[in-house]
Amino acid sequence: MNRIGEHFHGWIYAIFALLTLCVFFACVCLGSVGIPLRDTARVILDAIRGVPSDGALQLARSVIIPVRLPRVLCVALVGASLALAGAAMQGLLKNPLADGSTLGVSSGASLGAVMAIAFGITFPSLPFAGSMVMAILFALLSLLIILGLAYRLDCSLSTNTIILIGVIFSMFASSVMSIVITFASDHLKSITFWTMGSLQGASYHNAAVLAATLLICATVLLLHANELNAFAVGEENARQIGVNVRRVRLIVLITVSCLIGVCVSIGGTIGFVGLVTPHMVRMIVGPNHKRLLPASLFSGAVFLMLADLVARTLLNPRELPIGVVTSIIGAIVFVFIYYRSRRR
Amino acid sequence: MLTIEHLSVKYGTLAAVDDLSVSVGEGQWLMIVGPNGAGKSTVLNAVSQGVSYTGTIRYEGKDLRKTDAATRAKAIGVLSQNHYMGYAFTVEEVVRLGRYAHRSGLFSPHKAADEAAVEEALAYTGLKSLRKQSVLTLSGGELQRTFLAQVFAQSPRLLLLDEPTNHLDLVYQKQLFALISEWLKTPGRAVVSVVHDLSLAKAYGTQTLLLHRGRAAAFGDTETVMQPQFLNAVYDMDVADWMRTLLGQWQPDAHASN
Repeated sequence: MNRIGEHFHGWIYAIFALLTLCVFFACVCLGSVGIPLRDTARVILDAIRGVPSDGALQLARSVIIPVRLPRVLCVALVGASLALAGAAMQGLLKNPLADGSTLGVSSGASLGAVMAIAFGITFPSLPFAGSMVMAILFALLSLLIILGLAYRLDCSLSTNTIILIGVIFSMFASSVMSIVITFASDHLKSITFWTMGSLQGASYHNAAVLAATLLICATVLLLHANELNAFAVGEENARQIGVNVRRVRLIVLITVSCLIGVCVSIGGTIGFVGLVTPHMVRMIVGPNHKRLLPASLFSGAVFLMLADLVARTLLNPRELPIGVVTSIIGAIVFVFIYYRSRRR
Repeated sequence: MLTIEHLSVKYGTLAAVDDLSVSVGEGQWLMIVGPNGAGKSTVLNAVSQGVSYTGTIRYEGKDLRKTDAATRAKAIGVLSQNHYMGYAFTVEEVVRLGRYAHRSGLFSPHKAADEAAVEEALAYTGLKSLRKQSVLTLSGGELQRTFLAQVFAQSPRLLLLDEPTNHLDLVYQKQLFALISEWLKTPGRAVVSVVHDLSLAKAYGTQTLLLHRGRAAAFGDTETVMQPQFLNAVYDMDVADWMRTLLGQWQPDAHASN
């Protein structure tokens, strides 16, 4: 298969960015109430300038500005973050099936967030971010436990071992979550949100937190693209060419945990985005992380925005949880990748 | 150039290498030979800091344990025996990774020296025509040459080769040893390699370390170490007789009698 390879210049990024922007506006326009693109653009411009919209556009503005725009923004940022985290983990572990959901990291992060809600855990310096901090901490802790167990069983971190440990850890996290829910039935409605995965009711505040996290984490990961390439060739090879494997592994794991933790604390468990997107993108741009990471970032945003659009419109006026849509697509792609990797 | 003093490596309670002391000078090719489980690869792993050990390993007088990974990679190149590739990197991308340690910072662009080293390594190993090919489509010999090119791109002065001809057919074995012999001709370089084939050790090695259960059974000039009294004791058989029997199959009279 031909791929863009070395000739991956600025214009390719421009195409990815343009495609993302087109899908973004399409998703803002489409929904239970369809709004023409011209009206959407005028409403957004009016809101940016701080002026009231014409009488005919009042309804459109009441749908777009407080509801649809923050939601689509959050969906795009979560998609970009999860795809970036998946691409980085797949490189670091040299495993195309590594992802927050397959490794059980998302389940661990959900457990952290649920515990924060159920027991009212807050942090003195971050009183409004108890569930977020707990989700990040539990994501990192889960990753360390899963990789620690996998290393003890099989130093080569083979696909089978990783997936097996991930499944076991996810089941364990779900069981603990059930126990927590039993003891905190008064928070049942809030907790159910985490298990389903949804960005309904996302706010601009959420979008700002996601954007800041993505900006920092994407910068860190892009600066380590060469190191991720070395890990993707092999950890032993990385050490032999001079990569400080312990330091890089720790930096990437913390960064990935932050991305997954923040996404889970805002959108709940949205599975398989980090698995599906980098896999598709790798077939187009190749495995070099200098190209794979930015391409995954844009493609993750597009993938999740489209999945959210399906979730919002397929059974209109009823809405499907976005996690259900991504899991259905992801499960099919997972089987496809696993089958291919077993045949190789 | 490389000095190993009182090296010991333990895997649990098993002593894989026990109180080993050897040294390698410039222009020398040290062959490490011995039966399976003698600790040959473990010695190389210790030099490349892949296992924890007691004792001291010095390169140019500096303790390798206290040397950072990038400095070490600029001096020492390691060629492993197996390469399992999961992703479709191109040959050039893998070779280019060899310049990782030479980058001065995160934002530093590729320097002319990096480009020259990559081009030279690709040309030296005959991989220029395959530079854009995916490593997943290469034969075992081509893949081994790709990683040899990566090692050459590192511009090291000391090469560590762990059974480099494993799984390679005779053509690639000959090519690989010819390439390394040529590389060694430049002054200030040295090679340490683990080999199973005693004929290869005899043909290319300037020095030989004969290992037996983690200890040095003999160490010195290849001619001296390859004497029957050392080899027969370690391999528990008449090694020279076995080698002659094998080579005898290629004598014209043996061929005629078949």
